[in-house]
Amino acid sequence: MAVLTTGKRVRWTVIDVIVVVYALVPVLWTLSLSFKSKATIGDGYFIPQEWSFQSYLDIFQTNDFLLALVNSIGISLIATAVAVVLGTMAAYAIARLDFPGKAALVGFSLLVAMFPQVSLVSPLFSIERSLNLFDTWPGLILPYITFALPLAIYTLSAFFREIPWELEKAAKMDGATPGQAFRRVIAPLAAPGVFTTAILVFIFCWNDFLFAISLTATTRSRTVPAALQFFTGASQFEDPTGQICAAAVVITIPIVLFVLFFQRRIVAGLTSGAVKG
Amino acid sequence: MAEIVLDKVSKRYPDGALAVSEVDVSIADGEFVILVGPSGCGKSTTLNMIAGLEDITGGELRIGGKRMNERAPKDRDIAMVFQSYALYPHMTVRENMAFPLRLAKMDDAVVKAKVEEAAQILDLTAHLDRRPANLSGGQRQRVAMGRAIVRSPKAFLMDEPLSNLDAKLRGQMRTSVSRLQKQLGTTTVYVTHDQTEAMTLGDRVVVLRGGVVQQIGAPQFLYDHPVNLFVAGFIGAPSMNFLPATLSEGALATPLGQVTLTDRVRRAAEAADAPREVIMGVRPEHFEDAALVDPTALARGATFDAHVEVLESMGAEKYAYFSVEGGEVHASDLADLAADAGSAGVPDTGSQVVTRLSAVSTAAEGQPTKFWFDADQVQLFDPASGANLTYMAD
Repeated sequence: MAVLTTGKRVRWTVIDVIVVVYALVPVLWTLSLSFKSKATIGDGYFIPQEWSFQSYLDIFQTNDFLLALVNSIGISLIATAVAVVLGTMAAYAIARLDFPGKAALVGFSLLVAMFPQVSLVSPLFSIERSLNLFDTWPGLILPYITFALPLAIYTLSAFFREIPWELEKAAKMDGATPGQAFRRVIAPLAAPGVFTTAILVFIFCWNDFLFAISLTATTRSRTVPAALQFFTGASQFEDPTGQICAAAVVITIPIVLFVLFFQRRIVAGLTSGAVKG
Repeated sequence: MAEIVLDKVSKRYPDGALAVSEVDVSIADGEFVILVGPSGCGKSTTLNMIAGLEDITGGELRIGGKRMNERAPKDRDIAMVFQSYALYPHMTVRENMAFPLRLAKMDDAVVKAKVEEAAQILDLTAHLDRRPANLSGGQRQRVAMGRAIVRSPKAFLMDEPLSNLDAKLRGQMRTSVSRLQKQLGTTTVYVTHDQTEAMTLGDRVVVLRGGVVQQIGAPQFLYDHPVNLFVAGFIGAPSMNFLPATLSEGALATPLGQVTLTDRVRRAAEAADAPREVIMGVRPEHFEDAALVDPTALARGATFDAHVEVLESMGAEKYAYFSVEGGEVHASDLADLAADAGSAGVPDTGSQVVTRLSAVSTAAEGQPTKFWFDADQVQLFDPASGANLTYMAD
């Protein structure tokens, strides 16, 4: 390790502080606003002068937010599960097998990832209207899978490439069918990659606003990011800033939990010891 | 237990490259056969074809009399030890060794007994519950062996299994591999790059070059009677010395002076209809410090003076190196070997000769010394085809 001189240490500390402040101030501000009472919401203090949980109570009393939360959780989990399963199989094929059209498949999935989503909203809207998918769960799950798959395939194929191929050959020699070799040797080793991908895909689905606002109309399928836009106060003269902030904090919690829960499973160097390093 | 027969087995890749060409080897039940050759000679490809990890594009592979070409690796009942060991990192040593048995759906009690027996043989009992990451290189190697022996397969395939170990451990493991194979009596095919392993381990050695079998035989036979320049240069470390020579009426004009051929060499050369220009091959141990050779032997060979450039004293013997003017030989076989050894780009310093002298020799670096070599041990090669003109298949 390099020796840190005092000057260097100070420089690094300053840079670190700037980065952390820059990243966290908006989050903390939202948190602070959510805990302010209606009367003090515009007072400009960073730390609430008067702590209040009223905003949180308000959002959980309205049916809209709870329904949106259920929609968000359900749609994101289903989309994540499907994208990860399909992505795992596709990434394994791309990393390991030689098949005709492999380059085309990789190129095509990259193309999907680069396509500006906003340009697809209107056609998707029309398609879903005529297919009766508009304002349904599948109506959101399907586009989410489409746009999450390239991400999943790219992340996962990088992980698969790192697993020594000889392990699979060894499994075959030990008497495993290709399926058994995948399930009992490759899949357990790819687990960290699968979890990483799952987190990324989940965050993508959870945070999406564009499709959520365009392809939903009612609480039947509206997710939280879209539902926030429809928040109103008790009367039309009331400003729902507090509730919006409280809702924003609430929907951040699952992401934080998701990452904390799976982070432990993302153990680097799980394959060490398989082959001579 | 089974014999393995490769009947004109070939491997041609889709891009047309021929990796292995019509290999004909018949490996008897319980035999230990070594596949050896420079990198890219097709030895690993051949092993992978026996294993079923690569498709055979021509010829037939039979194990225990049954055609195996189309069988999946799991249906061939052979075990393989990989160069990288390929241990499953998420399983303990016990689970690693039990894996083939579990796949074969054996009873828990049987699995336990077999794993423990294998661990006993390989001295791994104390490490059964550790993971591969926490084992030393030698221990990992033994686990890989254990995983192979635990289900008593028809044959073992080993792909340079010792090449990742350090020199001392490699020596120990070499003897234990040999002992294990004799104890189990299982047919074994072993791929190696290592001279010592090739010479000491196998019952027979198969020398491959560019996918073509050069010679098959017992290690000592290959050493004494190489069929061509390539085998002569490949087998033996330090390798055989090659010098250009001219044959005329029972004598050989060489850069080391005039040599009178012995009857054996002359008759063989005549029988092979040798050309005038040949390549003379002499093994390092057939040289000696002339002062240490008794007079009758001295008359049988040739003596010459040379300036010792480097002298390596190994304790039990001494290696003396000197170079010879006009000693360069050109043959495609030797160019291949040089390319493999990585010496192709080394600036040519004439031809260097290596001699192995007795430890009591007084030869010293930078001193002129009188050398002798045994004319009866000289081998002659055809520079064009590389064939050994003094080869006798007795």
